[in-house]
Amino acid sequence: MFSRKYLLSCAAALALGAAGPAAAQTAEVIHWWTSGGESAAVKVFADQFAKAGGTWVDTAIAGGPNARTAAINRTIGGNPPTAMQFNTGKQFDELVENNLLADVDAVAAKQNWKGIIPPAILDAVMRNGHAYAVPINIHGQNWFFYSTAVFAKAGATEPKNWDDLFVQLDRVKAAGFIPLAFGDQKNWERNMFNTVLAGVGGAEGFTGMWGKRDQAFVKGPVFRKVAETYRRLKGYVDPASPGRNWNDSAALVIQGKAGMHIMGDWAKGEFTAAGQTAGKEYGCTVLSNGGGGYVMGGDVFAFPKPKNADVAKAQALLATTMMAPDTQIMFAQKKGSIPSRQDVDSSTLDICAQKAMKFVSDKSAQIPANELLSPPALTGAVEDIISAYWNDNSMTTDAFVAKVSSALASTL
Amino acid sequence: MTMRIGSRFAAQTALIPAMLIALVVYCGSTVWTVWISMTNSRMLPNNTFVGLRQYESLFGNERWIVSVQNLALFGVLFIVITLALGFLLAVLVDQRIRGEDWLRSVFLYPFSMSFIVTGLAWRWLLDPTLGIAKIAHDIGFEAVQFDWLVRQDRVIYTMLAAAVWHASGLVMAIMLAGLRGIDQEIWKATRIDGIPAWRTYIFVVVPMLKGSFATATILMATSVVRLYDLSVAMTNGGPGIASEVPAKFVMDNLFERQNIGLATAAATSMLITVIAVVAPLLYLQNRAAARAAR
Repeated sequence: MFSRKYLLSCAAALALGAAGPAAAQTAEVIHWWTSGGESAAVKVFADQFAKAGGTWVDTAIAGGPNARTAAINRTIGGNPPTAMQFNTGKQFDELVENNLLADVDAVAAKQNWKGIIPPAILDAVMRNGHAYAVPINIHGQNWFFYSTAVFAKAGATEPKNWDDLFVQLDRVKAAGFIPLAFGDQKNWERNMFNTVLAGVGGAEGFTGMWGKRDQAFVKGPVFRKVAETYRRLKGYVDPASPGRNWNDSAALVIQGKAGMHIMGDWAKGEFTAAGQTAGKEYGCTVLSNGGGGYVMGGDVFAFPKPKNADVAKAQALLATTMMAPDTQIMFAQKKGSIPSRQDVDSSTLDICAQKAMKFVSDKSAQIPANELLSPPALTGAVEDIISAYWNDNSMTTDAFVAKVSSALASTL
Repeated sequence: MTMRIGSRFAAQTALIPAMLIALVVYCGSTVWTVWISMTNSRMLPNNTFVGLRQYESLFGNERWIVSVQNLALFGVLFIVITLALGFLLAVLVDQRIRGEDWLRSVFLYPFSMSFIVTGLAWRWLLDPTLGIAKIAHDIGFEAVQFDWLVRQDRVIYTMLAAAVWHASGLVMAIMLAGLRGIDQEIWKATRIDGIPAWRTYIFVVVPMLKGSFATATILMATSVVRLYDLSVAMTNGGPGIASEVPAKFVMDNLFERQNIGLATAAATSMLITVIAVVAPLLYLQNRAAARAAR
């Protein structure tokens, strides 16, 4: 029994064959962008790819780990997608080591990535001198978003540094609002810890801990201060925060119930969806005692080794399209991120993105994100300890330091 | 004679696919899992032998230890409470009361829901700012503080409550079937002897329901070992790592954390624990069966 779908796809295949090589550039793309703002952003890619003569086959799988698992399994199983999404960083290390990915050196050379992409982001896709993924955007992970209305009512002002932050939080608390909206889940506990680590520990501390697994830093006084500052923040979250989703926490700021929210710039999507504009209803800032301190991550697309020349062509076209200047800008507008190319006209982006562009143009202001520095196994092991420290008030800072240090030493 | 051999041959041939599946899928995968747990595999399985290092790191891992403790506490309480509650509900329904059909459906209804839905519903019910706490506040009981879901030392009991709610009805159904199978003559005999009903239940009926209890215990025990979705839906292991369970440890390390070596070490440890519990039981059962046959 031939289903109708089967017959249709046969007919389509015949039609494609007849239409010649241009129409054969079909790309199946696995990604995890399923929320409203995200799917609008991914549609930019699909539309631009279609304009360039390709056919985009969308395989959206909700949840980053799920999407990555599906893509990896299919690649190992010999039925790879044309392209698959990862976070900028170490998530695809082993695919490169096992020779499962195609390089994109040709596109990188043609578009002069070296000259237009910040070094930290470019390094994150390079392995042994070859580019193995397309770094499509840059996300800042340590933003403070605050409600201007709540701040005005509480007499608070945009915090200038970490000491000032607690002054402002106290004002918001005194005015009867939730000072800090927080979605208390493990990965956001880690993200908040990283925000403190970047702000109080600086770039050296951040890369020292996650990248170099520096025991001296972790056992030193600066790390202690980071840990204590982190725990101090707990006095400003509401009792219902455990288990809450990050977007529900952002909603508390949007609705004027909470003063502030610490999150990556993807949270802007929630504000935009609620009809709010950066600089009007909400403000944004990055706090760092040493200046700069912008934690940069992002998304990349990697390309499994093509099975034939047609797939290789589709991959090259897709990579070129994703990195084209107009695609980069249109995508960033929808996604809340900023373009990874620094040679594009960013005047159409919102003021938070403008601030981000400034950070990204200054090498000394940047910190590579957690995912760029440590493999998922280590990240996860330390995340558990950060989570226990946040939730268990009886855990001393000494015990926390000892546990982090042993996890850094023992994770394979 | 030839016919018997022929039919036996046919039967065995018919069983070959099932046996192959059992051998290759279950035994094969188990052996492979144990092997991978002794390698340093991360995202992809590899064959670099590292001995028992994954196990060292596993048992030095606080989250794993907490997971195992949680499962032990949860498992014992869950099995005892569901059996007791299920039996009581069955006795209640067995009193030939009016609306028995209706009650039976009500008690069994929770079981028709998945653990994901159960977990989500209970999470909302027990949320300190919504659900039960809010209702209590709204009708004037301002002092009511119900924050077990967000307390590290209590959260496991909220999971227990949800799981008991979910499974008691099933135990009731099994027990009720057993109760209905008991000869009415026994009831008549005890009534003539003037034995109170509660004593009859405890000393006569419960021993006769051995089979029902065994079935229910096995069903409940398997759902304890694979406990995963309830933790994911209700607390996602939180607050902190207070409601983590072993199966969730395996899943998180297998996929999200790209740490197959550690995940398979955890899975192997779970398997060994289950075997350690089940093997003596099977041995006793076999011996009892052998004795009965003699």
